[in-house]
Amino acid sequence: MPPLVAVAGVQRPRAAKANGSAAPHVAIQVGEEGGTLASRLRLLEGFVARTELTDCGNYALQWLGEALRVAQSICLVKPRGAEALYAVASHGFPGSAIARFSVPLEDWDNPLIPAFSHHKHAFFPGTHSAADRKRRPLTPFEDAAFHAIPVGPALPDETVGLLLVGGAGTLPPGTQWFTSVFGQKLDQILRQQAVLEGESRQGRERSLLYSIINAVTDPILLTDTEGRLLIANTRALGLFTASEEESEGRRSAVRMNNMLLSSALSSKAIEEIGATRRELLLVNPADGSDLLFELLSTVTEDPRHGTGVVSILRNVTDLRRASEEIEENYRRLRLAESQARAESDRLNLIIDSVADPIVVADASGATSLMNEPAERLFTVPQRASAIEQRWVQANDAHFSSFIAGMLVSADQRRAGEIGLVDPKTGEPMPVEAIAGKILSDHGELTAVVTILHDRREALEKARLYEQLKQASDELERRIQAATADIAQQNELLRRQAIELEQASNLKSQFLANMSHEFRTPLNAMLGYTSMLLQGVGGSPSAAMKRQLSRIESNGRHLLTIINEILDISRIEAGRMPLQISRFRVADLVAEVQAELEPIILRTRLAVKVDVPRDLPALASDRQKVKQILLNLLSNAFKFTHEGTVTISARRLQNDRKIALTVADSGIGIAQADQEKIFEDFRQLDNSPTRAYSGTGLGLSICRRLADMLDGRITVESQLGLGSTFTLELPMTRRK
Amino acid sequence: MTGKGERPRVLVVDDYPDAREMYAEYLRFAGFDVIEAGNGLEALQRASDSQPDIILMDLSLPVMDGWEATRRLKAGKATADIPVVALTGHALAGFSDGAKKAGCDAFVTKPCLPEDIVKEIHRVLDIASKKGRRSGKYAKTSR
Repeated sequence: MPPLVAVAGVQRPRAAKANGSAAPHVAIQVGEEGGTLASRLRLLEGFVARTELTDCGNYALQWLGEALRVAQSICLVKPRGAEALYAVASHGFPGSAIARFSVPLEDWDNPLIPAFSHHKHAFFPGTHSAADRKRRPLTPFEDAAFHAIPVGPALPDETVGLLLVGGAGTLPPGTQWFTSVFGQKLDQILRQQAVLEGESRQGRERSLLYSIINAVTDPILLTDTEGRLLIANTRALGLFTASEEESEGRRSAVRMNNMLLSSALSSKAIEEIGATRRELLLVNPADGSDLLFELLSTVTEDPRHGTGVVSILRNVTDLRRASEEIEENYRRLRLAESQARAESDRLNLIIDSVADPIVVADASGATSLMNEPAERLFTVPQRASAIEQRWVQANDAHFSSFIAGMLVSADQRRAGEIGLVDPKTGEPMPVEAIAGKILSDHGELTAVVTILHDRREALEKARLYEQLKQASDELERRIQAATADIAQQNELLRRQAIELEQASNLKSQFLANMSHEFRTPLNAMLGYTSMLLQGVGGSPSAAMKRQLSRIESNGRHLLTIINEILDISRIEAGRMPLQISRFRVADLVAEVQAELEPIILRTRLAVKVDVPRDLPALASDRQKVKQILLNLLSNAFKFTHEGTVTISARRLQNDRKIALTVADSGIGIAQADQEKIFEDFRQLDNSPTRAYSGTGLGLSICRRLADMLDGRITVESQLGLGSTFTLELPMTRRK
Repeated sequence: MTGKGERPRVLVVDDYPDAREMYAEYLRFAGFDVIEAGNGLEALQRASDSQPDIILMDLSLPVMDGWEATRRLKAGKATADIPVVALTGHALAGFSDGAKKAGCDAFVTKPCLPEDIVKEIHRVLDIASKKGRRSGKYAKTSR
């Protein structure tokens, strides 16, 4: 838009001004045609030094007043970009009068605006009435007449303002020249101002742009198509530039980054035109760590500067890290979730595998979980009969009241018995309920876990145990009774044993006494018989001798019986003492043989003795061994009619024993009878008319004596061929 | 009253008259001077009065038994050297031991035939004479 300068000048007569007359009478005098040449030069010189609008305006209006006698004038200018005419200078008015004087360009009613816009010289005569005032603008001239002259460098096209000049008459000569010169000057000033203003605005905008770019935390850079850096913000400079003073590591990092960037951009530039997104991995020059960027590049086409690439790098390292973290957290969450699910499954499995019913109730008492045994008790099965449903409902009610009691109590645990009903059979089913509260970390009740234990089995066991105990008690009582009975019997037996022993002792004593009492008269009888036979009272006849002999032999038999009974009773009463001594068997045999000599002589038997000389001595009761040997020998003689009786002795092999043997060739003993002969009063022929004398006590005594001596008597015999009696004795009889 | 002469004097002590007289008769028949006593006390008197060469003493006696009588005889100065042959019908254990403790020189169990008594008396007198006691008196009757 061409600059427009309006210059207004008001011509005023000096006289009027001097004498203060209000009359608008103005006489314009022009000395020469529009001022002298010298004054015109002076104006132009003044213009050269002045570049400021107001200063220049005031100077010009002052010149107008002096050179062209214009008393009052005002300069209105429309600055570049403004929408109004502003008063920039005045002459002939107080300064304050024009300070606020301006005309908006939209105010088409104001006659000054068409003058300015249409570049037309306008004249406003002095007003004399209110109607006149309406047809003219409101100016510092008030009612005085004035001219409005457009000013500009190249009128009428480039109007920069209006010059208001006071005066009713025609304009003084030189005014046209002045407006032309002044218009050019104003235009120049305005142009200069516009240039200055434009430059400063551009600088401000650039610095603002830079600070905006620098304020962005993402690196931003402009490169040419070869990837060379044209513009970069500080973040980008940090990544892609390094001075010589900086460390080698940082510089190599920067070199690497430049390489990576240019390769990314060049390939990108070849591939396509337009904005793209891609990832770019760079090195952080500060610490060498990896930085991941999202590269956002845009190709800019500029006809003046050629093609460039604007790149924005968005740091996504943290994003990547955050993303990885989120992924990791998600994975953990999944893991935890699956673990929790596995745990829950396992818990369910465990709970279900428990034979006892388990019920978990929430804080309100509502059942939240129960295992299968519990379900049988508390849930109505499908196709359940009415009675079964009632039983289950009764169970549920009982259990609910138990839980309710648990919820209101302060106890952490509670145990109680609930009378349930077996839903299958309807039998009473007393259960022991053990409930425990589960509290959260904040101590709030979260659940109540109850385990029910069927008490029927325990009760049945207790009942059986009680029965068993009763039976056991009964048994014990019986045993005690029996024991007492046995003790009584034992006591009885003991007394009987004592009595028996006493009786036995009495018997032995009786026998001992009896034999004494028997022997005293027998002694006399035998004594007198012997005396008679010896002829103490005169020689007896042969018949008398025979008769006396019968008395004597019977007496002796009786005496033998008495003696043997006495021996047995002594042995049985334990009143047969042992007298152990050492003796030679050969000596004993010789002694016995000597004593039996009369008997041997009466028989026609051959007697053989076979006792080795080197046989060890016996340590035993000599008297009793002798008695046994005498007995065995007398038996041998008694039952052997012809042949041999052999007495022998030998040491038994591998044993500390000696065997004494009496063998005969007599009548012998049948196998079946061989044990009987050792019994008391036993003769095989027990008839009154038996052929062999003897008491029948001999072998019985022999066996008893052998027992006393820790020995034994055995017999080997064959009927008709003879008998062999063997006495085995320990070499040394322990005392 | 038979004085002391060639025949050895035997004091037979027994409370059972049949036995006592049977032995006495046979001993006289066998050549002994025999005096008799019916109990222990009597035997002590007879022994000190008559100074027998040997005493045949039944142990079961009234008034004073044979053991006590034997002890007193052996304790008496005048009778201590007279051999005593104990005679008893009790064959039970302890009788012979008790007799020997009381001072008896020999021990014979009844029943005992008169001739066996004579043999025993001879045996004991023989031992006594070998010891030099009353050798003069018994020497004549020993066989």
